[in-house]
Amino acid sequence: MITFRVDGRSGVPPYLQIVQQVRQALRMGVLDVGDQLPTVREVVAAVAINPNTVLKAYRDLEREGLVEARAGQGTFVKRRPPGPPPGTHSRLGRSLEHWVREAREAGLDDESIESLLRVTLRSAETAVDSHHSPEEEIA
Amino acid sequence: MNTCAIETQGLSKRYHRVTALSDCSVTVPEGRISALVGPNGAGKTTLLRLLAGLARPTGGSALVLGGTPRQDPAFLSEVGFLAQEIPLYRRFSAQDHIQVGAHMNLRWDAESVRTRLTGLNIPLDRPVGKLSGGQRAQVALALTLAKQPRVLLLDEPVAALDPLARRHFLGTLTAAVAESGGELTVVLSSHLITDLERVSDHMILLSASRVQLCGDTDELLAEHKLLVGPRKDTAALERMHKVVHTVSTPRQARLLVRLSGPVFDPAYEAEDVSLEDLVLGYMGADAPAAYAHLAAVGDDQ
Repeated sequence: MITFRVDGRSGVPPYLQIVQQVRQALRMGVLDVGDQLPTVREVVAAVAINPNTVLKAYRDLEREGLVEARAGQGTFVKRRPPGPPPGTHSRLGRSLEHWVREAREAGLDDESIESLLRVTLRSAETAVDSHHSPEEEIA
Repeated sequence: MNTCAIETQGLSKRYHRVTALSDCSVTVPEGRISALVGPNGAGKTTLLRLLAGLARPTGGSALVLGGTPRQDPAFLSEVGFLAQEIPLYRRFSAQDHIQVGAHMNLRWDAESVRTRLTGLNIPLDRPVGKLSGGQRAQVALALTLAKQPRVLLLDEPVAALDPLARRHFLGTLTAAVAESGGELTVVLSSHLITDLERVSDHMILLSASRVQLCGDTDELLAEHKLLVGPRKDTAALERMHKVVHTVSTPRQARLLVRLSGPVFDPAYEAEDVSLEDLVLGYMGADAPAAYAHLAAVGDDQ
């Protein structure tokens, strides 16, 4: 089971934050096929958001084909989002850590690192397969 | 889902020569959590009291769940009202209140109160005067929910609570709405916009005794933009759109605008608005000078 965090100041709509956190949990392998998502009641009791926000997020995930609602039981993971297997992210994360350390030692601050990453992503965008949405590249 | 839990038409309330609420027409669809916002003295408490049947209108009409608000058991069993000064007997415990409530209400789910409060580690046998403010608010909310109302009217219930107690209170509230499966409608007045942004999906904005905005929050946010551009004559802009509020420096102007179509003037850059932009903009547009500085502060951020 996963828990959600909703940041009111992030600028990302709360329902999208939930969608992104479920996708992220699926990519990282925290959630697997057959796992149950927390019920709407459980989510709102924990994070105090509007129930319709959670319903909207779950409907979006259902439309994407990632989860399915089973009548009277709850919402369950149907499949993982397209992309590499779960281990890939942690492996790439580790090599990114090395890179970040190197960048810091070279005197780059967070802002420069972020803008360098953005520029690199943008210049690489043309080379990326067209079925990857830009959003997924950032997340 | 599309039926209205609350509908008012030209609702007005005067106390002697003072107009507390004027020509108020609002609708709240069933299953929504509606944020009731506006400066102090805008008429929020008056509207809630009229809807609860605690005051009689001097003009217009209100329908709550299809009936006129009144002090009779059938109406009151469907409508829960929680006043700002939490109405509990300080020497009574939660358990005592549960027993009193059972005598006073047609429908009473005593077990739900015990379950909610035990889940929050709030002792049932301690006098409520010895509980913390947050715990007292939770007791009052749990008691109000025990009569299984279909409309819940809350007048600044979290104003005096610390952030954690507020989060827990709003968690209990939203969980009750989720449990109702779309049958419980809430109107919640508060000055804490970040809280309202999380829990509400509908809003009523009052200012100077009048309704400025009423509707689905996402739709209202989408209809408004913050236009940033050079300070200049806005007559052309105002022919098509409604300029709600303007903050300008000698060179630059920021306009909160309600759009009726696209903005063609390339001099302006359009930014999305937050609930806070909307509330402060409308307060600044029609509020006394005391709120003008507040609107300016909001625009600077």
